[in-house]
Amino acid sequence: MKHDKIERNIGLMLVLILLAISIGGLVEIVPLFFIKDTVEVVKTADGKEMVRPYTPLEQRGRDIYIREGCYLCHSQMIRPFRDESLRYGHYSLAAESKYDHPFQWGSKRTGPDLARVGGKYSNDWHVKHLIAPRGMVEGSVMPNYPWLMSPLDTSDIAARMKALRTVGVPYSDGEEEYQRNVQTFGEDVAKTLRIENAEDNLKEQAQFGNYDGNKSDVTEMDAVVAYLQVLGTMVDFKQFDDDYFATFR
Amino acid sequence: MATTNVVTGGQYNYDVVRKFTIMTLVWGVVGMLVGVYIASELAYPFLNLDIPYITFGRLRPVHTGAVIFGFGGSALFATSYYIVQRTCQTRLFCSGLASFTFWGWQLIIVLAALGDVLGFSQGREYAEMAWPTDLLIAVVWVSYAVVYIGTVMKRKEPHIYVANWFYLAFILATALLHIFNNLAVPFSLTGSYSLFSGAQDAMTQWWYGHNAVGFFLTAAFLGMMYYFVPKQAGRPIYSYRLSIIHFWALIFLYMWAGTHHLHWTAIPDWTSTLAATFSIMLLLPSWGGMINGIMTLSGAWDKLRTDPIIRFMIVSLSFYGMSTFEGPMMSLKDVNALSHYTDWTIGHVHSGALGWVAMISFGALYHLIPRLWNTRIHSEKLINVHFWLATIGILLYIVPMWISGIMQGLMWRAFDDFGNLQYGFIETVIEMHRYYVFRALGGGVFLLGMVVMCYNMIVTIRSGNTRAAA
Repeated sequence: MKHDKIERNIGLMLVLILLAISIGGLVEIVPLFFIKDTVEVVKTADGKEMVRPYTPLEQRGRDIYIREGCYLCHSQMIRPFRDESLRYGHYSLAAESKYDHPFQWGSKRTGPDLARVGGKYSNDWHVKHLIAPRGMVEGSVMPNYPWLMSPLDTSDIAARMKALRTVGVPYSDGEEEYQRNVQTFGEDVAKTLRIENAEDNLKEQAQFGNYDGNKSDVTEMDAVVAYLQVLGTMVDFKQFDDDYFATFR
Repeated sequence: MATTNVVTGGQYNYDVVRKFTIMTLVWGVVGMLVGVYIASELAYPFLNLDIPYITFGRLRPVHTGAVIFGFGGSALFATSYYIVQRTCQTRLFCSGLASFTFWGWQLIIVLAALGDVLGFSQGREYAEMAWPTDLLIAVVWVSYAVVYIGTVMKRKEPHIYVANWFYLAFILATALLHIFNNLAVPFSLTGSYSLFSGAQDAMTQWWYGHNAVGFFLTAAFLGMMYYFVPKQAGRPIYSYRLSIIHFWALIFLYMWAGTHHLHWTAIPDWTSTLAATFSIMLLLPSWGGMINGIMTLSGAWDKLRTDPIIRFMIVSLSFYGMSTFEGPMMSLKDVNALSHYTDWTIGHVHSGALGWVAMISFGALYHLIPRLWNTRIHSEKLINVHFWLATIGILLYIVPMWISGIMQGLMWRAFDDFGNLQYGFIETVIEMHRYYVFRALGGGVFLLGMVVMCYNMIVTIRSGNTRAAA
C-alpha cells in the first residue's frame, strides 16, 4: 500500500495510529494482571498471608506521605544489588506493595530509600527528625514538617477504606468478609481491617502505640510514624530460603 | 520570509492561537521560576520556610505541571491550531469549541497547581492532579481532538501534511495514556485511590510517564519542527521518505519503552528486557527526525550565522539528538543500575526539556508572533541574547547534574577494604551541595533568557495589530 493513500484518508490514518500506539501497552502491561508469578506468594508456615493491608492509622499516614510528596525524594524499592542489601536490606518484593494504591516506588533518591525503614529508628527519633531533620542529621536537605503535630482528621477514614475496598483491598464490610479475613490473615490482623470499627481502631492504635510521644490526642505525626514503622516489616525473610523469591522473577 | 501578507481577513482563526501563545510565555516564566526556587530549596533547605504550601514535595509537581502542561501544552495548542489551519488551507473547525479548549486548559493548569500546593496529590509523577481535574482534562482533550480532526477533515489540500501526523498521534496517545493512568475510585471531592496497585500500578504509571515524554514532549514537538524549520529556513523538508519511516517507527516503538524506568524493580524481568530492547531501537527513529530537521538546512547553512531563530531550531535538534542518544544508553540495565535514582535522570530530562522542547518552542514562537500580530520582531539582537542565555543556562544545568548523578551513584556502591559500605547516605547528600548551587544558577540563567524573550515579545506585540486576521 502506498503511503499516499494514508495521507489522503484521515480515518485510515487515525486507525493505523491507534493500532501502532496500542500494541506496546497491550503486550507489556495487560499480561501482568493475569500472570500469577507477577506477585509472589508470601505465607507463614500455617498458611497465613504475611503481607496485610495497612491499618486505618497506617493508611492515613500513607495518605499524608503522598500529600506531602515524599515520593519525589524517597524511593520505596530496593534493588537486588549488594550495596543496596547492605544499606537497606532484602530487595523489595512485588508482594510488599500489593495493597499500595497507588504504588510509591519512586524514581529519585534525594533522600534514602524507605522501603524497609520500619523498625530502624525509634518513634522518638522519627518525630524529632520530621519536625527538624537537621537537628538529627547534619547536612540533610529535607524540609521541616512541624505541622504534622496538628490533629489528624479521622472523620473520613471509613469512606477511604470503602474506596480502597472497591479497588480490591480486603477491608471487611460485614461479618462474612471479616471471617474471610480471619482465614487469610489471622484474627489479630482481621480485626484491624473492619470498616465498621475503623475510627475506633485508628484512635486506639494511635493512643496505644504512642507514636508522637503524646498519648492524649491523635495527630498527623501518629499516622506518619505508624506508617514509616511498618514499611518493609511484614515479610519475615528468615522463613524463606534465598532462591524462593528468585523463581518469581 | 514575507508570508504574513498571505493572510486575508477572517480566513484563519488566529484569535485562539494568539491566546495560547501569550499563555505559553506566561506559564514558561511561572514554571521556570518555580523550578529555580525548588532547585534552590535543595541547595538551601531553609528556603522551605516551614510553610507547607511551598515545600519541595508540594512545589515540584507545580513546576512539572506548569512547565509540561502549561508552557509545553500551550505552545502545542498554539502551534497545532496554527499549523493545521495553514497546512489544510481552512479555518479552524468549530471556533467555540476551540475557545473552550483554551479556557478549559488554563483552568486545568491553575487547578492542578492549586491542588498540588494544597496537598491533593494523587501521588503519581506528572499525573498528580486530583480526579475532578482529570475529568476536566479528558473533556478538554476530547474537544481538542474534535477541533483538530474536524479541521483536518474539511481541509482543502488533498494531502495531510507531515506535521499533522505527529500532532494527531500526540492527541490520540495522550488521551489513551491519561485515561488509563488515572483510573481511580474517589473517596471525596479531592481524593481518590488508584484502581491498580503495586507492580501493575507501577507499569501503568511509567507507561504513562515515559510516553508523556514520548508523545507530549517529543512527537508533538516534532510536529512543530516539521512546520517551522522548513518555513524559517525557506527550504523543503530534507527527506519525505525518512519522515514516513521515522514517524511510524517512533510512535510504535515509544509505547514499549516506558518500563526502562523500572529496571531492577519488582516487575518481571522480561518486561524490563523488552523495554530496554525497544529503547535501543528507538534511537533510530529519533535520529531520523533529527537528521531530517537538521539536513533541511542543507544549502542554507549560512542562515545559522545570520538568523538567530534558525539557530534556536538547529541547537534544539542537536539537543534532541544528544538526549535521544543518552536515553537509550541509560535504558541499558547496567548503566541504569548506576544512573537510576540519581540526578543523572534529572539532567537527562532537562537536556530534553530545556534543550529540545523549550528551544524549538522559542524558535517557533519567534517565527509565529510577528505573523500573528502583523508586525516585525522588536529586536533581533535580544533574540540573540536570549539564545546565548538559554544555551549557557542549559549547560550550567546539565553538566553539574551529570557529575553529581554519576558521583552519587558511584558513592552509593563504593565499598571499603573490609567489604563494608564506604559512605553513609548523608555523606553523599553533602557532596551534592555545590552541584545543586550550580544547577539553580543554570536554571536562573535560562529563566533570565525567558524574561528577555517576554520583554522582546511584549514590545513586538504592542507594535502590532490583530485587525487583518480577526
